[in-house]
Amino acid sequence: MPKRYNVTNYLRKSNMPHIWCPGCGNGIVTSAFLRSFDDLKINPDQTVVVSGIGCSSRVTGYLDFNTLHTTHGRALAFATGVKLGNPKLEVIVMTGDGDLTAIGGNHFLHACRRNINITTIVFNNSIYGMTGGQSSPLTPREVSTRTAPYGNIEEPLKISELAITAGATFVARGATFYPLQLEELIRQALENKGFSLVEAITQCPVHYGRASKIGGAVEMLKWQRDNTISMTAANRLPSEAKKNKILRGVLSHTRRQEYVEEYKQQLFSDKQGRY
Amino acid sequence: MKSKKHEKIELMQGNEACAEAAIASGLEFYAGYPITPSTEIMEILARRLPNTGGTFIQMEDEIASLAAVLGASLSGVKSMTATSGPGFSLMQENIGFGVIAEIPAVIVNVQRLGPSTGGPTKTAQGDIMQAKWGGHGDYDIIALSPSNVEECYTLTIAAFNFAEQFRVPVILLLEEVIGHLRESVVLPEKDTINIINRKSSPEAAPRNYQPYEASINEVPVIANFGEGYRYHVTGLVHDKTGFPATENHQEVEKLRLRLREKIVSHQEEITMFKEWETEDADSLIITYGSAERSALAALRDARIEGSKVGLLSLKTIWPFPHSLVHNKCENKKYIMVPEHNFGQIAGEVSKNIDAPTKVIPICHVDGTMIKPEYIKAYIKE
Repeated sequence: MPKRYNVTNYLRKSNMPHIWCPGCGNGIVTSAFLRSFDDLKINPDQTVVVSGIGCSSRVTGYLDFNTLHTTHGRALAFATGVKLGNPKLEVIVMTGDGDLTAIGGNHFLHACRRNINITTIVFNNSIYGMTGGQSSPLTPREVSTRTAPYGNIEEPLKISELAITAGATFVARGATFYPLQLEELIRQALENKGFSLVEAITQCPVHYGRASKIGGAVEMLKWQRDNTISMTAANRLPSEAKKNKILRGVLSHTRRQEYVEEYKQQLFSDKQGRY
Repeated sequence: MKSKKHEKIELMQGNEACAEAAIASGLEFYAGYPITPSTEIMEILARRLPNTGGTFIQMEDEIASLAAVLGASLSGVKSMTATSGPGFSLMQENIGFGVIAEIPAVIVNVQRLGPSTGGPTKTAQGDIMQAKWGGHGDYDIIALSPSNVEECYTLTIAAFNFAEQFRVPVILLLEEVIGHLRESVVLPEKDTINIINRKSSPEAAPRNYQPYEASINEVPVIANFGEGYRYHVTGLVHDKTGFPATENHQEVEKLRLRLREKIVSHQEEITMFKEWETEDADSLIITYGSAERSALAALRDARIEGSKVGLLSLKTIWPFPHSLVHNKCENKKYIMVPEHNFGQIAGEVSKNIDAPTKVIPICHVDGTMIKPEYIKAYIKE
């Protein structure tokens, strides 16, 4: 008997239809998030979802929580303030690869370093969708985009690896072809007390599918199937067989004191009420 | 000097008075990035806030600082940041966000000299126009400018009150020479200070709640995050629901007019100023901030010599007090506007007076305070 979720309870149905294109993977990431949220029975009244600018960042308009759609790249900085203003709130950041790692790259590094209890879900579609298909820091080499018409000559950033290096205590990577795994990874991220990052590889058939010549949504999902591999499967395979494959699963889970907890210890004991 | 019952005298620096007044106003969150000549505010609050139960955080830059301040304010705490020119420039986009999303916040800009890195330890009033026009898209804002340490205290309290009352970022324009000035001040007792807190308990039930509903010159009652009202905050143009309404031009215009009217229609309430010898004056000095000190010395010398000169010192810079300036300039032969820039307020004064009164900008831009004799040279007998 499959588990039943109340995903639609968390949607602002009056704001539908959404702005995302047919075949877009953003809905798969969103529903994976909502299933894990429902599973954990977190109180939506006590939850703030913060986003930046871009296609994926428009998700906040459709989610029935306290939602904050901020300036480009700054979601994590706003979220840091929300969390410190009222540490009892559950704070989740939903952002895109350009929003998080280009214009927001500095905030990303420092949120990881602080290990503040915020869960970040990055929709990684390797391109700027909303502005019409320009390069992002995640665009692979040689792919031609609107701003790299002769092929991208820049090395793509490794978001998850960067998060681990910068000090995030939970880092995982999933893909929209594997929604159940993605849901499980987001659930673990929400449970981690500290800064968590889930990189969700998702398809933008309209811009990236065309730019990369992978094709439409179906071909892009098949590309995920053929080019990613779960950590468990990878562990059983000889290194030759997993060469050039993108790993899915929990990439890093460490323990370190959380920022708010540590700050609380610096407060006078009679002043800790807000915490 | 003997103090009255409810007052105490202290030797204080401008930046220190600003930090202490913020705490007296109920500051619970400070996010900032070190920058001369504002850093003392940050250092004092780093030490003080943990003891008052507040939160202090050093962010990675000034963009993040203001973002964190706006985020914390939405979760219900009084929030502030302090910076100087380069940091203030970086904050401009998020100031606009605070304006359109109607988030209370106090931003202190301890002005330094010149564009770019300029003169970090040199004084200026170069960011007067930037405070109003620095961000894109045309908006109204409140900006205050103290002339002494005591006003650093009182205007910081006023800044928090205006921010909470009008749900808008309020800019406090200090200057290097004011922030670093140390003088004895008479501070009010904490329980005599008038503190205004935002209205955050909507009458409507969460189900029917419209966070941005307000009549044209009013401020909406916006619940704090976590109080059971789940709503949306965005930098996109929106209607009363808070959701984007880009294609609904009627709603777009309504929002834009309300963001303006909620401030300018309360101009009288917001306008603060001081005046000296204006009653019988046939000429007038209009100034603000540190230049008031030089202007006052010039005025006293000139008066001894028989000149009928008066002085109007603006504490509220934005919204520009146009009717006050218009009325005070009536029947004056000429108006002198000394300031530490190339005539930013002189231009505003010119817009608000009738011919044939002449406006004489007195500009001083070398990083020092303008000398009284320099101003006095413009005062005719």
